[in-house]
Amino acid sequence: MTTPVLEVRGLAYAYPDGHQALFGVNLHVHQGERVALLGPNGAGKTTLVLHLNGILTAGAGSVSVSGLPVTEPNLMEVRRRVGVVFQDPDDQLFMPSVRADVEFGPANLGLRGAALEARVVAALDQVGMLDFIDRPPHHLSFGQRRRVAVATVLAMEPEILVLDEPSSNLDPASRRELADIIRSLDVTVLMVTHDLPYAYELCPRSVVLSDGVVVADGTTREVLTDDALMSAHRLELPFGFDPRTIPTP
Amino acid sequence: MHVPDGFLDAPTSIGAAVVAASGVALALRGARRELDDRTAPLAGLVALFIFSTQMLNFPIAAGTSGHLLGGALAAVLVGPCTATLSITVVLLVQATLMADGGITALGTNITLMGLVGVWTGWLVFIALRRVLPKRPLWVVPAAAVAALVSVPTAALAFSLLFDVGGTVDVPFATVATTMVGIHTLIGIGEAVITALAVLSIVVVRPDLVHGARPSLERRTLTIREGVSA
Amino acid sequence: MGAGHGHHLHFHGHSPVHHLPAHLKLLALVGFVLTVVLTPRTAFAAYAVYLLLVLVAQRASRVPFGYFAKRMVVEVPFVLFALLMPFVATGPRVDVGPLRLSEHGLVGGFALLAKGTLGVMASLVLATTTEPRHVVAGLERLRLPGQLVQIMGFMVRYLEVVTGELSRMKVARESRGFRATSVRAWPVLATTAGALFIRSYERGERVHLAMLSRGYTGSLPVTHPATATPAQWRVAGMLPAAALATLLVVVTR
Ligand SMILES: Nc1ncnc2c1ncn2[C@@H]1O[C@H](COP(=O)(O)OP(=O)(O)OP(=O)(O)O)[C@@H](O)[C@H]1O
Ligand SMILES: [Mg+2]
Repeated sequence: MTTPVLEVRGLAYAYPDGHQALFGVNLHVHQGERVALLGPNGAGKTTLVLHLNGILTAGAGSVSVSGLPVTEPNLMEVRRRVGVVFQDPDDQLFMPSVRADVEFGPANLGLRGAALEARVVAALDQVGMLDFIDRPPHHLSFGQRRRVAVATVLAMEPEILVLDEPSSNLDPASRRELADIIRSLDVTVLMVTHDLPYAYELCPRSVVLSDGVVVADGTTREVLTDDALMSAHRLELPFGFDPRTIPTP
Repeated sequence: MHVPDGFLDAPTSIGAAVVAASGVALALRGARRELDDRTAPLAGLVALFIFSTQMLNFPIAAGTSGHLLGGALAAVLVGPCTATLSITVVLLVQATLMADGGITALGTNITLMGLVGVWTGWLVFIALRRVLPKRPLWVVPAAAVAALVSVPTAALAFSLLFDVGGTVDVPFATVATTMVGIHTLIGIGEAVITALAVLSIVVVRPDLVHGARPSLERRTLTIREGVSA
Repeated sequence: MGAGHGHHLHFHGHSPVHHLPAHLKLLALVGFVLTVVLTPRTAFAAYAVYLLLVLVAQRASRVPFGYFAKRMVVEVPFVLFALLMPFVATGPRVDVGPLRLSEHGLVGGFALLAKGTLGVMASLVLATTTEPRHVVAGLERLRLPGQLVQIMGFMVRYLEVVTGELSRMKVARESRGFRATSVRAWPVLATTAGALFIRSYERGERVHLAMLSRGYTGSLPVTHPATATPAQWRVAGMLPAAALATLLVVVTR
């Protein structure tokens, strides 16, 4: 079998205030997969995401990206390979203009001039935001900011795209457009979400994290139709949505 | 207390600018030690916090109100070096974007508020912290006294500068007594508000208060059985 | 504590002043104000010319005069200070109506007022015609240390986000019947300040994480240094040059 794009083994972590959030997580994601990471509030999903590109350092266990261990000397390369889109686009868009923000990542990788410009244009084009290149981020709508946030990460040409609650706070049309963008991308995707229909639509496979450990892994259809599992981990399907009656997308 | 252009003569303004530049240079190095590469985003948001609290009006009486200056508060919350940087940037923003405080008086203003205000507050604070019990809540009275002392001290520093390089001959005693007198009253308000603000932070996030940061204990991690995904 | 600070001075427009690169406007401002500060205090004619020059600069920006006038309030605390000068300064006295005032204090107070006012008026031209982010870029161009540029950049970037949070907190307080009218309101307002600190600090941490995720190692890459054409240099140079010429005429006469 090929080396997984993402390999997490026995990962445990406690925050500096002493609160332990992860209790031994195991997770593999392979090339080309789109995986949903589900779980109730406070399960440790965001904490796990922050380990994937070495923002937080494992208290126990390990993380590797395409075989490269996430450790201090490899951080730059790991951060190029793993693109994380955070929950709040305002945190992600910290530069004064859309252009400067999308440039930030590739410029840190050493790109300049025409090569940099080409990356920026390509990334903004992928998310349909090229017309906004010279605007300040805080003058964009929330949905537009979310799309630019995705572009800032795409500009680094990552091997795996990690999205933390990509559909939160989007209106139905923006949510739909973002789904189209994600589907159109040719990268491995790990998507943290509370939006179960979104997971069902976009990700063939789902992993459930609860109380800092993985409690289920299977096709999204299996996971969403396992009533005992769902209720044990505070996962609820929205009113009127029944995966049993909807064909697998 | 934003000194405008032309208040002090050129040599004094230049002298103050040199002092400010050296102080800020030292703070830049110190802050990198305190915060490493977190310096810029954190000091930026702390600057914004100080700027915003200066916009928060505290009613006094009969329709009058005042606001926080925040030098001692910033020092207690994020440490003196980061506080100096944050206040410097607040003053820079106010001078260039709000026409508040003269652009040629920037050195004077940074010296008074970013250096004298912050460091007086900090020194008083650590002196008190040494003698007070070592529990997080005791930073509250220490911060109050630090604020109470730092405001009139900055006013005294202003009076000294005005004596050296003021463009009008006014007896030092007159300027000093008036400035220090008014700013002692202001300092009382500053002390109360600083104490209340620090209190509200220390009860929920003691780990964020630089002056109260307890040594963090390492915990052993628990491992639970889960599914291998 | 003191008078409140307003924010958001930038007035959107397309005048020649708006289009000048920020670093040139900063240099012009400093040049002009330095000239004013160095002017002898009894050179009344020079101050009249300076006033005319700033007014011309304000007109050239096509920002309505009333917009500038309202922003002059930042001056108030020190106007009071200047007005005190004739009463407290030393030296020979003159009778002005029923008052015995210091002659030296009158002249000194006038000079304080004139220099300070001209400084504020000139700074307002910069502040109203330049977007905050361009001022930051201009300071970077003028070699402000990189760390300070970054700190200022973050402050400007999140200005609206944080002031927005502050006004939402105000709405939340007031919709629960709170009104700040006396000192009794202080604990509530101080708690607001405390909450604002926690939110700001945590946002700073999240921004830092987002930066690290994209390869930040401590400095921002400079990708588009600001440039200026000779024509722009000439336009920006007009204000300080005219002021300097005035000063030279005054002191050499
Ligand atoms: N900086 C922090 N310091 C201390 N504890 C934290 C910190 N961040 C998160 N936690 C705690 O760690 C646990 C896991 O949090 P995490 O943010 O990873 O959850 P999550 O699964 O992303 O939740 P949500 O769905 O609400 O986003 C929670 O109990 C949370 O309170
Ligand atoms: Mg989360």
